[in-house]
Amino acid sequence: MSVIRPLKCDLTVIGTGMAGMAATLFAAHRGLNVVQVGRSGEVIFASGLLDLLGVHPVAAKKMWHNPWAGMRALVRDCPRHPYARVQTNDIKVGLKEFLAFLDGAGLAYHRHVGRNVEILTSMGTAKLTHGVPETMWPGVEALKEKKSCLLIEFRGLKGFSARQIAQVQKDRWPDLRTARIDFPEMEGFSEVYTERMARALESSRYRRKLAVAVKAHLSGAKTVGLPAVMGISNSRQVASDLAERIGADLFEIPGMPPSVPGLRLKEAFERGLPLLGVTLFSQKQVFDVSHKKGRGFVLGIGRAEVEQTIQSKGVVLASGRFIGGGLYADRDRIRETLFNLPINQPADRHDWHRKGFLDSRGHPINSTGLEVDDLFRPLGKKNRPVFEALFAAGSILAHQDWIRMKCGSGLAIATAFAAVDAFLKTGG
Amino acid sequence: MEKNRTIHKTQVLIIGGGATGAGIARDLSLRGVECILAERRDFNSGASGANHGLLHSGARYVRNDPQAARECRDESRLLKKLAPQCIENTGGLFVAVEGDDENFVADFPHLCTRCTIAVEELDIDEARELEPALSDKLIAAFRVDDAAVDPFRLSLENIAQAVELGCSLQLYSQVVGFTRRNRRIQAVRLLNTKTGRETTVEANFVVNATGAWAAEVAALAGARIDLLYSKGSLLITDKRISYRVLNRLRHSSDADILVPGGTVSILGTTSIRMDCLDDIRPTIGEIDYLIDTAAAMVPALKTVRYIRAYAGVRPLLDSKSLDDGRALSRGFAVLDHAAEGLENFASIVGGKLTTYRKMAEQTSDLVCRRLGIHAACRTRTQPLPARQDCRWTVAGLAPRLWLEQRQNDDLLLCECEMVPTSAVDVIVDSLRGQKAEPDLYAIGRRSRIGKGTCQGAFCGIRVTGYMYDRGNLTADQGLKDLRAFLTARWRGMRPMLWGAAVIQEELQEALHCGLFGLEL
Ligand SMILES: Cc1cc2nc3c(=O)[nH]c(=O)nc-3n(C[C@H](O)[C@H](O)[C@H](O)COP(=O)(O)OP(=O)(O)OC[C@H]3O[C@@H](n4cnc5c(N)ncnc54)[C@H](O)[C@@H]3O)c2cc1C
Ligand SMILES: Cc1cc2nc3c(=O)[nH]c(=O)nc-3n(C[C@H](O)[C@H](O)[C@H](O)COP(=O)(O)OP(=O)(O)OC[C@H]3O[C@@H](n4cnc5c(N)ncnc54)[C@H](O)[C@@H]3O)c2cc1C
Repeated sequence: MSVIRPLKCDLTVIGTGMAGMAATLFAAHRGLNVVQVGRSGEVIFASGLLDLLGVHPVAAKKMWHNPWAGMRALVRDCPRHPYARVQTNDIKVGLKEFLAFLDGAGLAYHRHVGRNVEILTSMGTAKLTHGVPETMWPGVEALKEKKSCLLIEFRGLKGFSARQIAQVQKDRWPDLRTARIDFPEMEGFSEVYTERMARALESSRYRRKLAVAVKAHLSGAKTVGLPAVMGISNSRQVASDLAERIGADLFEIPGMPPSVPGLRLKEAFERGLPLLGVTLFSQKQVFDVSHKKGRGFVLGIGRAEVEQTIQSKGVVLASGRFIGGGLYADRDRIRETLFNLPINQPADRHDWHRKGFLDSRGHPINSTGLEVDDLFRPLGKKNRPVFEALFAAGSILAHQDWIRMKCGSGLAIATAFAAVDAFLKTGG
Repeated sequence: MEKNRTIHKTQVLIIGGGATGAGIARDLSLRGVECILAERRDFNSGASGANHGLLHSGARYVRNDPQAARECRDESRLLKKLAPQCIENTGGLFVAVEGDDENFVADFPHLCTRCTIAVEELDIDEARELEPALSDKLIAAFRVDDAAVDPFRLSLENIAQAVELGCSLQLYSQVVGFTRRNRRIQAVRLLNTKTGRETTVEANFVVNATGAWAAEVAALAGARIDLLYSKGSLLITDKRISYRVLNRLRHSSDADILVPGGTVSILGTTSIRMDCLDDIRPTIGEIDYLIDTAAAMVPALKTVRYIRAYAGVRPLLDSKSLDDGRALSRGFAVLDHAAEGLENFASIVGGKLTTYRKMAEQTSDLVCRRLGIHAACRTRTQPLPARQDCRWTVAGLAPRLWLEQRQNDDLLLCECEMVPTSAVDVIVDSLRGQKAEPDLYAIGRRSRIGKGTCQGAFCGIRVTGYMYDRGNLTADQGLKDLRAFLTARWRGMRPMLWGAAVIQEELQEALHCGLFGLEL
């Protein structure tokens, strides 16, 4: 272990998921000196869609076409939901700021500010969401108006069946046709991968050939849907060039991981945040933390062991749940992995999961997490903040079930905004 | 009542598609007897799909049940010869650890010898060299001829040969009633549990091979069997822990056996009295108890990753059913209901997977005697034909085949267990050939799909997409099948959710519910 002097900063953000990225962005925009640390493996699971709020109450399967109205009902019914601790206006401001940043990084999102939209998934189901990547957006219109549409699938791409989508939608959307084509220059491959296709399409040679192959099946279709493969760092240009060559609106369909839209988010942040002066350790993790009154936090970070230390006035803990690694389930209890913060949880493993996987009430384990005060500070004994300058954001928070409520990204952005705001307010 | 209900006529109706029913179907078919095999769900939905997969050498029973021990000895030898494709001849060890009863240990070799069951004492170091996972607190070790058997392949191949010889297989057909006339069963009513349609079977003889449900089915016909139920739960590890079957050498107790099979190991079992067969699941209490207890023999069982738990029910014959001397063995009994006024009805209860063939033979002998058919049993000498379409249940076989014989456009639909599209094609064709529906659940039961670490989260999606591509699915049928498949897999995942499995589960839910909205 080397004995380099600690890196000093105002705020350390732990986590490189949606909440960590958002917190880092907000902090950097507000002139703070920020360090961000995290292993960014999980983004390949992100669909790329920005959900705000789709379902509440979960057990009643009530869907909200206006997420803001849904949020009002949610806050009324579940006053401990993290949304209840953030001003609606702050959520709006944060979301706008977040999307503007992505737009500047070449990853544009579209939305209708006041409502949710429906989008087709690779399963054939229609999902309610709020912010949609530009490359998927024409699919929203196409689905709404049931435009004549050609769905493309690639030979050798597992888990994406255009026929499945067309069959599942058959009664709602009769004018859906399908075609199975070879991805250019991958004809002999037994298996093709979305990331490779996406990188290939960044070169015009592949786009030209793909356009020819798609056009052969077009027969008058106004729109064409395909798996999410239209480039990574310059998806906007890839998509518009392909659409022009084909002569139809193009849209991507979100599907199973590994996900190209997730990679795009990762790349956009990793490109854009350092330009704002952020020190980003994207393949490292925090191994230990200590805290001294007056000097703040000292965090040991590295790949496999501590290689470096960071001295920081404040910390935003956005380490996620089980996938992210912020929480871990031992056989008898759920714990927070870094600070060993208390976790609000059922007394017994019996009560973590319900008897049916698809039980409409959701699984209690998914609402376990950190208890926080109005400033998003994790609470310890006697309901007092464990540290004055430790804040939490994102899915690690208790009293929310982002999977069932369809509020993952919105929750991440809203609570990141509030956590950074609280750090500033408390003298950070 | 429906008037124009379909009526099937046959010589013998066999109720129950577990190993015993499958074995009887094959035995009778080989004797040229025409039969129908009716199972209320898919094959092996009872104990035959929820056991340890241990092909007993007999050593386990030498103390309490020498007759069962000898039966196991003979039958396991026979099966190793006649159905080697279903068996992994691992050998087994009996071991004791500090604190175990030393008198019990000392008696063991003599008891084995008394039943002429091969046994060889090993010294401790040798045993730990053979099986490094064993505890360092070992005090005794013996080698025996135990082996691992794949119960799914075994039943599939019995059924496949029977069907080829003319037996009709009726899955999702539950017996719901009998019509009796003049000391005979005149007709049996079957309910299709998927479509809700009823059909009728008129058979000269009816065999009740419904395992733990035998008393319920017999009662529908007005016959009585006294059964006690004992639930046993088992856990599957994500890696193989030992090469051989490991038995704890002590008075039969819980968490005593670790059986390897291909790429996994199975730990069991508990023994819990049940009054009701409605909701048989492993409980969290049982699982924690199994792990904590078994760790005395194999310490790694405390820290390994488990991917699944399941539970089966052993029907135990209450002595009341046996005291009139009808019992042929203490292990199992062929109950002839003639004494109760039903001349064409018999039940086969108890026994083991290991002795399924013998149980089938003795039942078929009774059937043939009653029907006046003179045909000798052939399963004692004829090998069980190994089939291409039945081999995909064997753990660890698919990766081997994939490496050896991979075709260029064959995609791996299941990446955990390496099941390619060509395997799904073979299974779908085979199901069609047996007039059974090739849904995701049926494909899963006939392969390793859904049985690896993802427990169906990813391969379920891929197989569904593939089935649509092949034109096997229309409208939203594939989503319904996927929901049913995930629900069935969940039963065995839920109690095992901690550590890495919780991460896997969260991923599965994020995908299936968060993105696809399958719960809505
Ligand atoms: C926990 C456990 C572990 C075991 N371990 C081993 C082992 O390691 N080695 C070994 O040799 N043996 C073992 N056994 C015993 C072995 O599993 C059973 O003896 C054997 O599987 C019994 O097969 P079966 O066909 O008689 O019954 P089952 O497999 O239970 O089959 C009965 C079938 O009848 C069907 N059925 C029920 N009611 C109806 C109806 N009304 N209409 C139509 N069908 C119906 C059921 O769905 C079921 O498929 C174990 C048993 C248990 C419970
Ligand atoms: C030797 C052996 C090796 C195995 N190896 C593995 C392995 O490596 N990996 C793995 O994942 N699993 C393995 N299994 C376990 C297997 O996947 C199943 O878990 C096991 O067969 C028990 O079935 P189940 O109940 O868990 O689920 P399933 O096999 O999916 O069956 C569902 C169960 O639900 C019951 N059921 C269906 N519908 C209803 C209803 N309407 N009401 C009530 N009950 C219903 C069925 O009877 C059945 O018992 C193995 C099993 C055996 C015997």
